[in-house]
Amino acid sequence: MSAHVTSGIVRAKGLRHQLMRAVLFVVLGIFCIYYLIPLVVMISTSLKSLEEIRAGSLLSLPQEVNFDAWGKAWNSACVGVRCDGLEPYVWNSVLMTIPAVLISTLLGALNGYALTKWRFRGADVIFALILFGAFIPFQVVLLPMARTLGQLGLAGSVPGLILVHSVYGLAFTTLFFRNFFIGVSDGILQAAKVDGAGFFRIFFGIVLPMSLPAIVVTVIWQFTQIWNDFLFGVAFTVGDSNPVTVALNNLVNTSTGVKEYNVDMAAAIIAALPTLLVYVVAGAYFVRGLSAGAVKG
Amino acid sequence: MSARIPLTQTISRTLERRLPVIVVSPLFAASLFFVYGFIAWTIYISFTKSGVMPNYAFEGLQQYDRLWATPRWYVALRNLFVFSTLFIGISMAIGILLAILLDQKIRAEGMIRTIFLYPMALSFIVTGTVWKWILNPGLGVQRLVRQAGFEDFTFDWLVNSDYAIYTVVIAAVWQSSGYAMALFLAGLRSVDDEILKAAAIDGAGPIRVYSGIVMPMLRPVFLSTIIILAHLAIKSFDLVIALTGGGPGFATDMPATFMYAFAFQRSELGVAAASATMMLMTIVAIIVPYLYSELRGTRQ
Repeated sequence: MSAHVTSGIVRAKGLRHQLMRAVLFVVLGIFCIYYLIPLVVMISTSLKSLEEIRAGSLLSLPQEVNFDAWGKAWNSACVGVRCDGLEPYVWNSVLMTIPAVLISTLLGALNGYALTKWRFRGADVIFALILFGAFIPFQVVLLPMARTLGQLGLAGSVPGLILVHSVYGLAFTTLFFRNFFIGVSDGILQAAKVDGAGFFRIFFGIVLPMSLPAIVVTVIWQFTQIWNDFLFGVAFTVGDSNPVTVALNNLVNTSTGVKEYNVDMAAAIIAALPTLLVYVVAGAYFVRGLSAGAVKG
Repeated sequence: MSARIPLTQTISRTLERRLPVIVVSPLFAASLFFVYGFIAWTIYISFTKSGVMPNYAFEGLQQYDRLWATPRWYVALRNLFVFSTLFIGISMAIGILLAILLDQKIRAEGMIRTIFLYPMALSFIVTGTVWKWILNPGLGVQRLVRQAGFEDFTFDWLVNSDYAIYTVVIAAVWQSSGYAMALFLAGLRSVDDEILKAAAIDGAGPIRVYSGIVMPMLRPVFLSTIIILAHLAIKSFDLVIALTGGGPGFATDMPATFMYAFAFQRSELGVAAASATMMLMTIVAIIVPYLYSELRGTRQ
């Protein structure tokens, strides 16, 4: 008797279940479109000619694919008074991002390691004080930082930005590594200590090789943050030393008669491409960085 | 000679024992200087008469009087309130909805999640540039709808002082709602399946299960998501600059853009420092209790 009843329930549920699955996929599909439309519009606009942009519609795909806007955005569009495209600024961003990422990651790893695996008195307080630096509104340090960079002779320069990003990235990188090292068992380290290995031997020989996942998460996080930074770039650099985000904003706001939306969009893609590529290649690590931003490891 | 070897050994052993402190000290000192020293400097400047140049003579609350007598500051605060409320509310709603939908054992989950989250990899400047193009009344959405036959359709929020702040909400939600989704999804994944099964056996439908059982369990996730989004909202600067430039006029000014304008364009250091201090205090009020409870939680 029970078999009969159960099968009835299952069938009724199955139909409702299928209906709900259908609704589920429709809603998810709509949201996929919502998130993708700006990207599609950006790419398709960048491949259209200005005439086609004016004659066609926002969502129409380019009738003939045309890379002129890309070329112009790369090396001849005007950013302020200088008309060399985004290329010089992309190199500024590269020269700024790579050293800043490496420095802040290495120092964060050392810091996290010393604070968790060689616990000394006050380590927790020091960590809490350093961590707070990750959450301050940077407006509160802009004025003194501008003066300090001036006194160091680094005002308006790429090395100045490297310093700024290394210093303010340290709070985040320390957090990432601390959360990672807390989960690493002390056993291997104790054994190495008994064998007479010191602080740096253990760090470079044992700890660093095993923290590859934490390194990847941190490097990706820092790369995205520093490449995408605008506030420090706009506050501490002028003209030729601008990073690409500042140059993009200037390019879009440079009025030279006709507004070239296709060039704007191509420039936006050029500025977005490095972080987007990293995200596509290593998305899982990026997401782990994001959830580490919620502090809990 | 034989007495010296133990001495150098003692020294090197002491050094070795102190090495962790020696390594952390300069980094901690950098943090003390660049974070706490700079904060102290900014707060001090907010109590002086500083104008174009810093002036270290103590003046009391004068700059705060000036700040709170500036109409533009009220515009910035009102915008921050409107923006944060809508941005946090809408991002959370989308985040919860998408997280629950994605938690239904979807085969393409990885790909869909990638699509929901990619805007987080973009610079706010890129997001602002794209939405500025989509929302511009001349060639963007307004024209699209008019082309579809609705000739009288008007959607000029981007250039309308009363509505421009909502375009910032639109772009910010697009960029950050996937982040809320990721946080909620991680929270849902940590809910014990046995509890859900037990509830299903008891005959609870999916809506009952989520609203009655899962949501209350996710209270800590709600809290941390609200705090992270609030933190993003208070700091929002890039998006406003790229999307509206703070305009029309200063209709979309926020505390962050206000501070930047007074510090670097109008060279009123005292007022800029006072506004930065107000921002810091707001963040401290939100973040410090949160960090305190989080850190205490991880130590247990």
